[in-house]
Amino acid sequence: MTAFLQTVSVWTIPALIAFIPLYAAFRRVPVYESFVDGAKDGFQTAVAIIPHLVGMMTAISMFRASGAMDALTGAVRPLLERLGVPGEVIPLAFLRPLTGSGSLAFVTDLIREHGPDSLIGRIAATIQGSTDTTLYVLTVYFGAVGIRRARYALKVGLFSDAVGFFAAVAACWWLFGAV
Amino acid sequence: MVNWIWLGMIVISFWFAALTGRMEEVTAAAFSGAQTGVTVCLGLIGILVLWMGLMRVAEDAGLVQKLAVLIGPAVRWLFPDVPRNHPAMGYILSNLSANLLGLGNAATPMGIRAMQELQKLNPDPRTATPAMCTLLALNTASITLVPTTLIAIRLQFGSQNPAEIIGSTLLATAIATGAAIAADRWYRRRTGAPPYSAEPARKRPATFDHSAGSAEAPGRG
Repeated sequence: MTAFLQTVSVWTIPALIAFIPLYAAFRRVPVYESFVDGAKDGFQTAVAIIPHLVGMMTAISMFRASGAMDALTGAVRPLLERLGVPGEVIPLAFLRPLTGSGSLAFVTDLIREHGPDSLIGRIAATIQGSTDTTLYVLTVYFGAVGIRRARYALKVGLFSDAVGFFAAVAACWWLFGAV
Repeated sequence: MVNWIWLGMIVISFWFAALTGRMEEVTAAAFSGAQTGVTVCLGLIGILVLWMGLMRVAEDAGLVQKLAVLIGPAVRWLFPDVPRNHPAMGYILSNLSANLLGLGNAATPMGIRAMQELQKLNPDPRTATPAMCTLLALNTASITLVPTTLIAIRLQFGSQNPAEIIGSTLLATAIATGAAIAADRWYRRRTGAPPYSAEPARKRPATFDHSAGSAEAPGRG
């Protein structure tokens, strides 16, 4: 099953890149012109995202460098540890919604230090894999179309991150057992 | 709410830096953070240009519309205010399938295309519609069948069974997605009153001016 799913992952992109123009050609679409025409929008969209992402990345980066992130982690540590969350994993609760590359680096470090098959390593990997970087997704998706008022979208995203975090910890305890 | 989080992070950082004497580090971090923002966007350009081009081909061939017609009842239930045959539906489905397959690089441009189509249905282009919030909720929870990157990392550090986290990840992501959908529904029902429903939307452009925008969103949204 795993091997099958991984094969699907590898094949999908090249298959799509080949299939879409082929199908379009049968429908008598001037494929190359059509491609270039649409591709122009891609550049504009990427440029439109820059101010949004620069603003967010600056704030996140300052937040981590100032030590505020560590203080926040320290403040919730006793409570979360009582709930069965290993102390080493706690920074992820705040890193994951803020920065995808930052939390991936943190997870990689945890796996290196504690081993991939340790409970900490498994929990960290599960947390990283089960949610997306909410603030980044919001910035990019809404920034690309110029939405200024996100309304309740951020609350929903952060709520689901919190649920995902605890679900990941619980799932690992349940599947990989107490140590 | 985004405004407050952004301002909060910056002000708290300044305060902490003043207390702990890390002003220099914070200065460096501010600039490197800005740099990262640009670098990430530059990295997105290639992928966005490629997929937006390909999707234009798919659109011209009628594939996106076809996908929209084939959409299952689940997606229609999630996006009740998007017309059934609207191209936005096709892009939403492409975006969700790409997420499911773990093709993050393909999912982002498709999601942005879906947002652009949803924007065409939006009476107030500066405020997110419920459909946009739902799409965002699904993407932040991101249901993934195979967490490829993490399996690769586990393999690299000598795991006995690198793929064994698929089960726990799938369980956690399903619960997180369920929570996202439930929360989204709850907020949609609570705030889904006009002018965001389809009916008064048509009247809106006539009254839309600078002051109209801020009056209807008393929360921090």
